[in-house]
Amino acid sequence: MATLLIADHDGVRLGDATAKALTAARQIGAPVDVLVAGDGVAAIAAQAASLAGVARVLVAEGAVLANLLAEPLAELVIRITDAYTVIAAPATSAMKNALPRVAARLDVMQISDVTKVLAADTFERPIYAGNALETVRSDEAKRVLTIRAAAFPASEAGDANAPIEALPAPAASSTSRFVGADLSTSTRPELGSARIIVSGGRALGSAEKFDAVVAPLADRLGAAIGASRAAVDSGYAPNDLQVGQTGKIVAPELYVALGISGAIQHLAGMKDSKVIVAINKDPDAPIFQIADYGLEEDLFTAVPAMMDALA
Amino acid sequence: MKIIVPVKRVVDANIKIRVKADASGVELANVKMAMNPFDEIAVEEALRLKEAGKASEIIVVSVGAASAAETIRTALAMGADRGILVKAEGRVEPLAVAKLLKAIVAREEPGLVILGKQAIDDDSNQTGQMLAALLDWPQGTFASKVAVDGGQVEVTREVDGGLQTVSLALPAVVTTDLRLNEPRYASLPNIMKAKKKPLDETTPEALGVDATPRLEIVSTREPSGRQAGIKVASAAELVQKLKTAGVI
Ligand SMILES: Cc1cc2nc3c(=O)[nH]c(=O)nc-3n(C[C@H](O)[C@H](O)[C@H](O)COP(=O)(O)OP(=O)(O)OC[C@H]3O[C@@H](n4cnc5c(N)ncnc54)[C@H](O)[C@@H]3O)c2cc1C
Ligand SMILES: Nc1ncnc2c1ncn2[C@@H]1O[C@H](COP(=O)(O)O)[C@@H](O)[C@H]1O
Repeated sequence: MATLLIADHDGVRLGDATAKALTAARQIGAPVDVLVAGDGVAAIAAQAASLAGVARVLVAEGAVLANLLAEPLAELVIRITDAYTVIAAPATSAMKNALPRVAARLDVMQISDVTKVLAADTFERPIYAGNALETVRSDEAKRVLTIRAAAFPASEAGDANAPIEALPAPAASSTSRFVGADLSTSTRPELGSARIIVSGGRALGSAEKFDAVVAPLADRLGAAIGASRAAVDSGYAPNDLQVGQTGKIVAPELYVALGISGAIQHLAGMKDSKVIVAINKDPDAPIFQIADYGLEEDLFTAVPAMMDALA
Repeated sequence: MKIIVPVKRVVDANIKIRVKADASGVELANVKMAMNPFDEIAVEEALRLKEAGKASEIIVVSVGAASAAETIRTALAMGADRGILVKAEGRVEPLAVAKLLKAIVAREEPGLVILGKQAIDDDSNQTGQMLAALLDWPQGTFASKVAVDGGQVEVTREVDGGLQTVSLALPAVVTTDLRLNEPRYASLPNIMKAKKKPLDETTPEALGVDATPRLEIVSTREPSGRQAGIKVASAAELVQKLKTAGVI
C-alpha cells in the first residue's frame, strides 16, 4: 500500500516543510506519492518530482485550488484516498486547516504533529506544549498524519525525476470564498528553514524599537526574525512571526532570544534549537534554564555591543 | 441566530505538567484546571456578537467528566445563556467530540459554532475542522477577526504567511486564534447569576455516538531535558563563544 503526501507551497515554490515531511513519509516504508494542488503549479510539481523517494507526483490545477482553502482541498483528497493507507501532510497552517476535514470524512482519528515515526502504525507526538511525548498506535484502516517539519531533515533531490500525472480539480465550494490575503513580504530567510533565528519579546517595547534592534542583528547574522506572543499581541511584530506552542515550531542551528522570559508556551516552539542564546536582564528568567549561552544584560546595550563585536 | 461554543476543561496554562513515573500518562490528580484559553476567546466572541445584536442565544457545550460542569459555569458567568454537559469518562478524542457536537447541532440548529483552534492539553487542532466536515459546513479557522453580516460571516485568519480572509455562508464553523479578542472576567454578581442558568446533561449514548477512542496511547514520556549552559559576562564574550562553537 502507498502513502499520499500533500504538498504545501506558496504558489511559487515547494515549501521546505514538504521536503521535511517527505522524510517522515518515507520512513513509513511504503511508496510515497506527492499531491500538488494549486493554480499554475507545474513548476512546483516538477520540484516535488525531483525529490528523492517520490514515486509519483499528482498535480491538480485550477482557480478553485489557488489558495489551498480547506473545503476544495479536502474534496480533492477524498477522491483519491482509496489507493492509500497513509495520508500525510506537513503541519503548516494550510494543512492543519484541511487535513482534519479529510480524516473526519474517512472516519479516522488524525494523529497531529508527528515528531517520530516508530513503525508504520506507531508514532510519537508532543502534548502539553511538548512537556510530554506520547507514543500512539493506530489500527484503523487508514492513518491521517500531520508531520512536524522541524523534527525531520529535508529530503534532498534524487537521481531521477518521478512521473507527473494530472488530476481534475474539484468544483468550487458554494459556501466558502476567498476574499483576500495580507501576506508578509520579507527578503529574510523563512522561519521554518532559517539556520539562525533572532527573536524579540515584550522587552522591545514598541514596533519601532523592535525594527531598530532586532532587524539589524538578524540581517548581520543572515537570520530570520521571530517573536514571542507578547511581542505579537502588542503589535511589535506580525502574527506570522510568533514562535511557540500555538505559533511556529522551529529548530534552527542558533536561536537568539532577546527580552523573552521563556514561558512554557514559547519554549514549546524553540527548545529543540541546537544552540540557544538568551539576553535578559532578569537573572531568574526561565529562558536561562535552557540557554546554552546566557547574557544577563539590558538588551538595548547588549545588542549594539554584539553588533560591534561582529563588525 | 443561536451560537454554540464548545469549551474544554484542561490543565491551567500556567501549570507545568508532570509525566507519571510509570509512563501511563500525565499526572492530573490535584492539578489546577481551567477553561481552555482559546475557548475563553470563543465565548467572548459569541458574547460580543450577541451584544451587537447578531446572535440571540449562546449555548456552551462541554464533553467530559462531571467536573466539566464547572467550566460550563465559568462560561455562563461570562454571559452565555445555557449549558449542555455531555458526560463521558476517560479520553474522548476530537473525532468523537466532533460527532457529539454534530448531534447537538442537529437539535439546536445554530447559525455558528465557535470553537478554540486548539486544546492546550492534547494540542490536536482538529475538532472544529472535523465538525465542519461532518456537517458539510464551511470553516474559518484560526480567526483573528469575525464579522457577521446577514447570511455571511467574514473571517480573517492567521496563516503561515500572514493573514487570509474568507467569506462563509452561514451556518459555519469558526475556530479562534489568540488575537481575536481579550476575554472578559466574570463579575461576582454574574457568577451568582450563572448558578441559576440552565445546565442540561446528556450522554454519548443518548446522542447516539460511539465515543470509544480510536488511538491506543502506548506510553507517555518526558522529553529529554536540556541542560542550562553557561553565563557569559559580555556581548563580546558571547560573540567569541558563538564563533568558537561554529554557529556564526
Ligand atoms: C493558550 C496560550 C498560548 C500561548 N502561545 C504562545 C506562543 O505560541 N508563543 C509565545 O511566545 N507565547 C505564547 N503564549 C504566551 C506565554 O505564556 C507568555 O505570556 C509569552 O511568551 C511572554 O512573552 P515575553 O517573554 O516576550 O514577555 P514577558 O514574559 O513579559 O518577558 C519579558 C522579558 O524581558 C525581560 N526584559 C525586560 N526588559 C529588558 C531589557 N531592557 N533587556 C533585557 N531583558 C529585558 C524581562 O526580564 C522578561 O524576562 C501563550 C499563552 C497561552 C495562554
Ligand atoms: N471535550 C471537549 N468538550 C468541549 N469542547 C471540546 C472538547 N475537546 C475539544 N473541544 C473544542 O475543540 C477545540 C479544539 O480542540 P482540539 O481539536 O482537541 O485541539 C477546543 O478549543 C474546544 O473548543
